[in-house]
Amino acid sequence: MKMGKMTDRTALSVRDMVVTFDEYVALDKVSVDVATGESFGIVGESGSGKSTLLRAVAGLNRFEEGTLTVDGRNYKSHGRTKEFYRTVQMVFQDPYGSLHPRQTVDRLLLEPLVIHGFDNIDARIARALDEVGLGAGFRFRYSHQLSGGQRQRIAIARALILEPKILLLDEPTSALDASIQAEILNLLEQARKDRNLTFVMVSHDLGVISHMCERVAVMKNGQIVETVPVEALEKRAFSADYTRQLLVASEGFRRG
Amino acid sequence: MSGPLLTVDDLRVTFPTRTGEVQAVRGVSFTLGRERLGIVGESGSGKSQTGRAIMGLTPGHAKITASKLEFDGIDLLRVTPKQRRNLRGKRIGMILQDPKYSLNPVMTIGKQIIETLLAHEKLSRSQARNRALEMLEAVQIRDPERVFGLYPNEVSGGMGQRVMIAMMLICGPEMLIADEPTSALDVTVQLDVLSILDKLVAERGMGLVFISHDLRLVSSFCDRVIVMYAGRIVEELPSADLAQAKHPYTQGLLNCLPTIGTDRHPLPVLERKAEWLA
Repeated sequence: MKMGKMTDRTALSVRDMVVTFDEYVALDKVSVDVATGESFGIVGESGSGKSTLLRAVAGLNRFEEGTLTVDGRNYKSHGRTKEFYRTVQMVFQDPYGSLHPRQTVDRLLLEPLVIHGFDNIDARIARALDEVGLGAGFRFRYSHQLSGGQRQRIAIARALILEPKILLLDEPTSALDASIQAEILNLLEQARKDRNLTFVMVSHDLGVISHMCERVAVMKNGQIVETVPVEALEKRAFSADYTRQLLVASEGFRRG
Repeated sequence: MSGPLLTVDDLRVTFPTRTGEVQAVRGVSFTLGRERLGIVGESGSGKSQTGRAIMGLTPGHAKITASKLEFDGIDLLRVTPKQRRNLRGKRIGMILQDPKYSLNPVMTIGKQIIETLLAHEKLSRSQARNRALEMLEAVQIRDPERVFGLYPNEVSGGMGQRVMIAMMLICGPEMLIADEPTSALDVTVQLDVLSILDKLVAERGMGLVFISHDLRLVSSFCDRVIVMYAGRIVEELPSADLAQAKHPYTQGLLNCLPTIGTDRHPLPVLERKAEWLA
């Protein structure tokens, strides 16, 4: 794909995006192109700007410079249309913090449907719960009555219930146990296959990214160090030293 | 060394609830010498409650029973609260998961470390200060004088966890319980913190209980691994023999991690069989 040229195969395109918080430059001219149906990963340590990038796309942060094109439409620094959120939904890192503590699962799933004027609400909620592997028994529970993995399933159901085309995933499994992580990753992969979704997934775990994604961007200090296909990780066919550091870290502790 | 440092025999921790008793730990037995022992399991497997029972941090309404719970010949089930306090911090230390929540937010880092020290040793203010600064240096904090005067919210997670290690090791404990010490940290920082911990544990000849849900991490760090499921030990094996793990739960924990260079879609998921509860 040529830089700067939009094709109808591009789901999401970010050009020279700059985000600053007061004096601090969190994103420094970042450009990313994600094709329709692709699964795109972003790795980096805390403070590298990977979450900021997702949040700026979702309209949760403003951006000072640059352009954002989603599904063929341009969006400004702030303000997103309803149509945008029909196309793009987000799943957050902490399942304990991203569900309303005083709403039942039913209410949590109802709200997006009402906002976007969907019909067949009852059937849609039941289907959404089924799809994430939670039966009708979970429908009238509060989030404190659910485990971390179950909460993350609800968060995924809430994102999928609007039938979006693009899912932004901000460390969806880093707050979960290894065994629960496998279940959630499988669920996400199945949903992507069934609905032909586009994923943009942020993680600090190269193992997770290489399992889930086709291409990966490595971020450091608000910039993209390099973008490589995930096969390059296995073959060590990358150039940045920082990528190597992350790879060593992901292989675990070695004495000496 | 004559006997083991810590002996745990048939430890049970029970929480009374409105719907009956919940057994978090159901008959756990192991011994610890001056070695590194890992305890692995999912959330709710009882691994943290095992560590807390040894440390004496179980909530008051819970019931602890054991046929033996001994630290260096001291019966931990019969000690008075005062004796407990003398052990805690002085001879047994504990590192918790998240420095954001486990350090006192309204006290400078230096003051917190000195508080631990003065609770157990008679020292002058300036002696205590020097000891604290030495300890901060030992956990590879570059500018100890500056960090000494900072509040916990002014340091990063990795730095906070080093402070925690410094605080726990300053009285020179013989045993250290580390409950998910690096789970809240970034991958790149995890290795730094682990190597500091590794070095200090080896230098000082401490016994270490390392609690985590990450089986690979634990096996690369410890000499011996205990795998827990639903409050029981399902398997115990030397870290080197991890590949030969027999219990399907242990194998499941090993297999469910996505790794670079393997192509497994979907990932194998842990089975949880009712008969493992027996």
